[in-house]
Amino acid sequence: MTGKTVVALEGVTKAYGATRALDGIDLAVQEGELLSLLGPSGCGKTSTLNIVAGFVEPDAGRVLLDGRDVTRQPAWRRGLGVVFQSYALFPHMTVAENVAFGLRERGMPRREAEARVAEALALVRLPSAGAMRSSQLSGGMQQRVALARALVIRPRVLLLDEPLAALDRKLREEMRAELREIQRAVGITTIFVTHDQHEALGLSDRVAVMNAGRIEHLGTPREVYQRPATGFVADFIGASSALEGRALDGATVELAGGQRIAVRLSRPLEAGAWVRLLIRPERVEPGDGGPNTLPARVTSAMFLGDHSEVRLELPGGVRVLATVRGAAVIEPGERLTVTLPPDAFLEAP
Amino acid sequence: MIARLVVLALVLFMTLPTLVVVVASVNSTAILSFPPQGLSLRWYENALTYPQFRRAAVNSLVVTAASAALALPIGTAAALALVRYPVRLRGLWNTALLSPLVIPGVAAGLGLLILAARLGLLANRGVLIAAHVVLVLPFVIRSVMVSVANLDPLLERAAASLGARPRRVFRRVTLPLLRPGLFAALLFAVIVSANEFVVSLFVSTRVTEILPVAMFTYVVNYTDPTMAALSTLFVAATFAAVFLADRLLHLARVFQIEEHR
Repeated sequence: MTGKTVVALEGVTKAYGATRALDGIDLAVQEGELLSLLGPSGCGKTSTLNIVAGFVEPDAGRVLLDGRDVTRQPAWRRGLGVVFQSYALFPHMTVAENVAFGLRERGMPRREAEARVAEALALVRLPSAGAMRSSQLSGGMQQRVALARALVIRPRVLLLDEPLAALDRKLREEMRAELREIQRAVGITTIFVTHDQHEALGLSDRVAVMNAGRIEHLGTPREVYQRPATGFVADFIGASSALEGRALDGATVELAGGQRIAVRLSRPLEAGAWVRLLIRPERVEPGDGGPNTLPARVTSAMFLGDHSEVRLELPGGVRVLATVRGAAVIEPGERLTVTLPPDAFLEAP
Repeated sequence: MIARLVVLALVLFMTLPTLVVVVASVNSTAILSFPPQGLSLRWYENALTYPQFRRAAVNSLVVTAASAALALPIGTAAALALVRYPVRLRGLWNTALLSPLVIPGVAAGLGLLILAARLGLLANRGVLIAAHVVLVLPFVIRSVMVSVANLDPLLERAAASLGARPRRVFRRVTLPLLRPGLFAALLFAVIVSANEFVVSLFVSTRVTEILPVAMFTYVVNYTDPTMAALSTLFVAATFAAVFLADRLLHLARVFQIEEHR
């Protein structure tokens, strides 16, 4: 990452009828980075992508590409590569013709175009699929062809709209890793739209978590996971349990069951205020050993191979989700003690 | 067993008139009768050499070709607009464009006749062509609409993102993918136009009349089997056209592709 801004959105708004799809989006995508737009359906992530691609014009605001205002420029002039969830391969063309489409539009001589197509197909590890029809390919292969078709024109920016959502799980994980490798190898600035937090966290240099037409948090995967800017972000990314209670002083909270727990938050609490704390399941530690050691009862346990997901009830009826590593047998009804480290808490606004 | 008999009876019933005409056309006597009294091809000779039939055949070719050539682009544009774009009063447009299907030919023909007379265009073949365009449009629009509805708009977006300007997107993506619908539309247009009679009767003169009208005029005046011979040729020509279309354009295959989507 060189820190140069390639794509910038400034105050972009878009409404469809009475619904505000985008409500003042500001975003700067840096040279060579992979930035994810992450959010639930209807959050505006695809609208944002469509506006960057030039498929949709914003109602207000500007889109800048390398500092140039391209807000009113049609998609075909922008020179961006787009990969769609449904792949959108041309069914009346072979794989090679699909990949060559953009090159032909640029008037590239046939021989040169053939060489570039072969190069692109090799990049996505489909060197001998050129003569096939897209209908003969599996979903994963179609995905690769779509990627090759978008990359072969050497676009300034690569836009990926839920490119992995239509694949089954195992393939999706493979493609995720491969996509990242290709993106790194080509060094192309990429905007990646997804509703899958694992994809966003695992793939991105930065993640923009979107909700209701706004960007709630823009940061590295670690930042949005460990220090979510809003309650929505904390809730949407990763699992978390909420504990409610009253602040006794800046760093102590009394829970509903009367337990007093010490917390270390980014800012001190206001004494007497009602607070909502969030804790990630993997931060709930079984056994005692810290300041906040509490008795708990197992209400349910789900064995998931390398870990178990355990639902706990603290005295006073507070429910907490915990991840327990390893293959230990945990039965519902079992009593155990857990430790909630003070720095594990997040404050939900 | 009973089902088979019913199907057989139906097929017989549907093809019987044609069979009767074919048999009557080789009758050697000068009366349209069934069964024939002897065998002869003289009525074919008569049909092919009768000047008015020759003129009408040429007229038919011109009118059908022109109306298909006009109705195809108009109908395609209308189908795209009706399916794709947020057209205001879509229902009204839909009904208006498909209305020739339900308006009786007599009414449409009479209306066109009055209009043509008022404009002094009665002897003009243009009126006939215009009438045929209107009559085949519903078939063209319907056929193309099915293909448009099957066409994924993302394909056009993908093409645009790859640098294709709208005209190029249309040529390289939209049009090729509409091909099945366009073929069906062309076939319908040709068949409907070639067989159109009622409206054409109103707006054609002796000089501009098309084959079905000429045949009707003939049968009003003469009762020899020339008509049967010509009808047989007409049927054969239609069959040949559909068969060729099927062979050359792989209609069956393109239709299948559409079903699978």
